[in-house]
Amino acid sequence: MADSVIVCENLWHEYPGNILALQEANLKINAGEIVGVIGQNGSGKTTLVKHFNGLLKPTRGKVWVKGKDTAGMRIQQMAKDVGYVFQNPNHQLFARTVEAELEFGPRNLGVPEQEVIERREKAIEFFKLQELRLLHPYRIGFPLRKLVGMASIYTMRPAVFVLDEPTTGQDNITTRTVYRLIRQLRDEGATVVCVAHDMILLAEVVERMVVLRDSRIIADASPREVFSNRELMHSTHLVPPQVTELSLRLKTSGKYPGIELNVNDMVAGMAGRLGK
Amino acid sequence: MDNAKPVIEIENLSFTYSTAEKPALKHISLTIYEGEYVALLGLNGAGKTTLQLCLNAVIPHMIVGEKEGTVKIFGMDTEEYPPRELAKMIGLVFDNPEFQLSQMSVAEEIALGLENLGVATADMHKIIKDSLQAVGLSGMEERSPFELSGGQQQRLSIASALAMQPKILVMDEPTSNVDPIGKEEIFAVAAKLNKENKITVIMAEHEVEVMAAYADRIIVLNDGEVVFNGTPVEVFSNVELLDKIGLRVPQVTELVHLLKEKHALKLAEQYPVTIDQAEAIFKQRLS
Repeated sequence: MADSVIVCENLWHEYPGNILALQEANLKINAGEIVGVIGQNGSGKTTLVKHFNGLLKPTRGKVWVKGKDTAGMRIQQMAKDVGYVFQNPNHQLFARTVEAELEFGPRNLGVPEQEVIERREKAIEFFKLQELRLLHPYRIGFPLRKLVGMASIYTMRPAVFVLDEPTTGQDNITTRTVYRLIRQLRDEGATVVCVAHDMILLAEVVERMVVLRDSRIIADASPREVFSNRELMHSTHLVPPQVTELSLRLKTSGKYPGIELNVNDMVAGMAGRLGK
Repeated sequence: MDNAKPVIEIENLSFTYSTAEKPALKHISLTIYEGEYVALLGLNGAGKTTLQLCLNAVIPHMIVGEKEGTVKIFGMDTEEYPPRELAKMIGLVFDNPEFQLSQMSVAEEIALGLENLGVATADMHKIIKDSLQAVGLSGMEERSPFELSGGQQQRLSIASALAMQPKILVMDEPTSNVDPIGKEEIFAVAAKLNKENKITVIMAEHEVEVMAAYADRIIVLNDGEVVFNGTPVEVFSNVELLDKIGLRVPQVTELVHLLKEKHALKLAEQYPVTIDQAEAIFKQRLS
């Protein structure tokens, strides 16, 4: 367990009214891993990841975050270690300006004032929020407001980032910022757990996919293994990215050797074969 | 489309919201024909929603601003016909079904629009039944809309629009709030209504791979202007120009583009936009 930053051991969660949302979840996430969590709505994805920052407590089983049992911990104690970016930024934002929003988290954690300002400025630059800094978050359009939600967690520098549907409702420009964020977090050594339906995003950035169906983890494997498991994909109604599907079909007919996860890799692989 | 009947004619349309300094739409001229499936692409803020609100006459009748040019739906100028009268011809479905849903039961939800149109109660039952059947929600009349899944709620919004028996269905990012099953359901329903019921579909959507497979025509808006208007192959072949305005093309189109441009490989003249097209090209080249 030394390297595991999150450990779920026989985790169950039942909501009031006997609604069983998660059963028998066993999972270890190591420091620095980038993990995708996929499945249909209602499959238990969000229930699972809400245990990582103590928003939910197990109704059976255990969850440890950085070696500490979450059962006796408050969300405030865990916020330092695990940052949770909500799918809907309205559940998260409350300050009067974007600047104040970005300062709140680190200041609350006791970060020295000068560093609070440095982190704020770095986040404004990274997320390109220069023109929005003095606006009320609710006066900003939804896609950019969502980036403000991510930025306000980024300023807290948690060891673990949980991103819930970061690209939903985003266009291609704001989606690119999400890609940059996940790569940046990886380079900084953070652990990232990304709940998403966006297979193009996950194929590009994650190393591991946890698949849920009907409140159970039914697969935990690399994107290549998950995407090439036809039965699994079919039963969860998930569709691989176009180039992944193309490489799978060409591989099946013996015309291409590998399974590609993004356009650039397939360009390189294909150029090598066609250029001969 | 030479012989097809125009259902939407837009001439030199510009619109500036009363609260805005810059126009949201600039000099748009477009003709959309009966039975077409048209995808509207563009970044957030490009003008997709504003254009859609001009089609059902919410602009200029309910949203104020400065409008120039004309929009005609089946020859009826939207300046002269309020949304209520156009509702029989054109139905709008928004991105967030909860925004539209308000009633007590699924049946009442649909009945609301019919009551507004003055449909007799005796006729309502069959219309409601038919609309629900068209979107695959048969038998759900008595359920609460809020007990439905995201995909089902969105299909209920489509059923509510269909109950008015419109000839044109306009959908504003209808799948942005639903999961993959819900997406599949909505795209399938829209395609079925287009193919079988000959309803003209106009859909704003970010998922270029899906639109490449379904749409007859792609219209790209950028900063309030129409910058591309053609078949998926015609439009998505402009890989670099689209990239400049922040839009991506289907992955297989980008793949072939990069192989041709960066690696000087001789590949099909025509870019693929769907998996099947790409598979055919590469199978042949790799044999």
